Amino acid sequence: MAAANPNVIYMDNNATTRVAPEVVEAMMPFLTESYGNPSSMHTFGGLVGQSIKDARCNVASLLGAEPEEITFTSCGTESDSTAILSALRTFPEKRHIVTTRVEHPAVKNLCENLETVTGHKYRVTRLKVDAEGMLDMAEYEASLTEDTAIVSVMWANNETGVIFPVAEMAKMAKQRGILFHTDAVQAVGKIAIDLKRLDIDFLSLSGHKLHAPKGVGVLYIKRGTLFVPFMEGGHQEHGRRGGTENVASIVGLGRACELAAEKMVDENSRVKQLRDRLEGNLLEIIPKSMLNGHKTERLPNTANISFEYVEGEAILLHMNQHGICASSGSACTSGSLEPSHVLRAMGVPFTAAHGSIRFSLSVYNTVDEVDLVIAKMPAIIESLRKLSPFWKG
Amino acid sequence: MWEYTDKVQEHFLTPQNVGEIDNPSGTGDVGSLACGDALKLTLKIDTNDIIIDAKFKTFGCASAIASSSVLTEMVKGLKVDEAAKITNEDIAQALGGLPKEKMHCSVMGREALEAAIADYRGLKLPMAEGEVVCECFGVTDLEIIRAIKESSLRSIEEITNFTKAGGGCGKCEEKLRKILIETVSGKSEISIPQIFPQKKMTSLQKIKKIEEVLEREIRPGLKKDGGDIELIDVDGDFVIVSLRGACKSCSKSQTTIKEYVEKKLRELVLASLIVEENN
Repeated sequence: MAAANPNVIYMDNNATTRVAPEVVEAMMPFLTESYGNPSSMHTFGGLVGQSIKDARCNVASLLGAEPEEITFTSCGTESDSTAILSALRTFPEKRHIVTTRVEHPAVKNLCENLETVTGHKYRVTRLKVDAEGMLDMAEYEASLTEDTAIVSVMWANNETGVIFPVAEMAKMAKQRGILFHTDAVQAVGKIAIDLKRLDIDFLSLSGHKLHAPKGVGVLYIKRGTLFVPFMEGGHQEHGRRGGTENVASIVGLGRACELAAEKMVDENSRVKQLRDRLEGNLLEIIPKSMLNGHKTERLPNTANISFEYVEGEAILLHMNQHGICASSGSACTSGSLEPSHVLRAMGVPFTAAHGSIRFSLSVYNTVDEVDLVIAKMPAIIESLRKLSPFWKG
Repeated sequence: MWEYTDKVQEHFLTPQNVGEIDNPSGTGDVGSLACGDALKLTLKIDTNDIIIDAKFKTFGCASAIASSSVLTEMVKGLKVDEAAKITNEDIAQALGGLPKEKMHCSVMGREALEAAIADYRGLKLPMAEGEVVCECFGVTDLEIIRAIKESSLRSIEEITNFTKAGGGCGKCEEKLRKILIETVSGKSEISIPQIFPQKKMTSLQKIKKIEEVLEREIRPGLKKDGGDIELIDVDGDFVIVSLRGACKSCSKSQTTIKEYVEKKLRELVLASLIVEENN
């Protein structure tokens, strides 16, 4: 297998992933000769329809779901909006949403808008997290009321990789007749998911986070869950999401789900070991560095490390000089003036939040790449600390 | 990814004059860890009032480091009086420009220079004398007013880009708006709101503003033609109005609503508003 880009050490897989070569291969016919409309009556289109069915089965299989529970969308954000707005339309008399302080903007900003733009028609409870990024289940239980229409809690956090106990939380919601949605964009493909045993009503996933292309997502809707579409139109997706299917990407996502199932063991063993090697070494070698997020309740690929007294953007740009790609929770990288809302919710001190770097690995990373990053990082941090008026090293 | 000039890259990757001068003639210490950037500038000034050495230490992003580095090069060899004339625009220019969201980095450089010169002369920092407007980032009204004047700022967003004020909790937005309106003298109050960034409003705020605009901008015109307008309801972005008097029977009532009322409300209240007639 040829490397996607030999000049780049890509450790920013929670932002997006490389499209797997097998996925590209599966997609190609649908970008070339097989251009039929899956809704057409002729065999030429019908065959395309069949490949969507196959993709649906592959996605369902990865999630432990039934194919008819899978609805293709354009992205994770669309899936999130669809689920939450559907719940509010299903229960128009209920005006309360429970979510967390550390959600992705796709959920966070939607909830904010529901609260403010509607003139406070909806009330939103945002659950706190502790210093390790974990929820307080007693607070969660107390937040559920008769007025609660839906709970929306991410399966795993994009910045820290911290995993929330969604199985248990969904069960508690179900006991009270409350719908449960989880943004599983970061979890799918990285950890095993078996929805048929769980009380989750809605689950969002995004293709480009698991080696499928950008522009395709899925909303899982549990059989029997009342549903109101977000995008109305034709009868595509059994009337749950209008619009001609993004066939090539859907086929690609199906193939990516197959691959993710095959590589799940690798992800949770080899990739995890690489992550641990990277994290362990950096924390040991570089003074005043600390891990953000729970040590074990965490995705196998993610390490969020703060280097105190230096600023994240400056670190990233130095890493960039070596072709190393990662992300930061610093204010400067976001274009806002405040550091990551996730790290702030965890109470990470400003000294550390501004200097946080997220490494997120994938099955394509190698031990050589990890060792190169381990070799380069100490000098980068040291050179920036020499510039820092706060560093008394 | 920010678009940095080669000059910014150069000064960031190989910063000049890093460090602290022992027994400096003047020290400027601005920013803080909490704010996300900080700069300590030290100057050595000889008996002829010439800056013979300048060193810096900066905590911050690439543009903060580059601004500090280029600043030390700019001031070396200058007389203190000349150095005092350096503005943030000069610093940004020396770097071949900065992304607009990063202009505050050049402002930090200038403030450190001012602080160092004030320290050298044994003076108080003039800008710190003002009243703190933005508590998140500790920005005073004097700093904001100067930035508005010097860099011709015309929106709150621009004020935030240059001074950071308003970039935190956002509670000072109203104060910033007031300072902006007052500072941009010679311009009528009405022409300013259009350039404000569109911020989220609660329904109550929206209704209040819509009422204001109807009263001030729209009603007088309609009344001249023997008509009137009434606000019936505001539901999200939908503004339901009812035309009265001569307007009610006017064949152009739809045009009045869309071309005149909606356009004005979008311009002066919120760009996403949709005005509809109550049937």
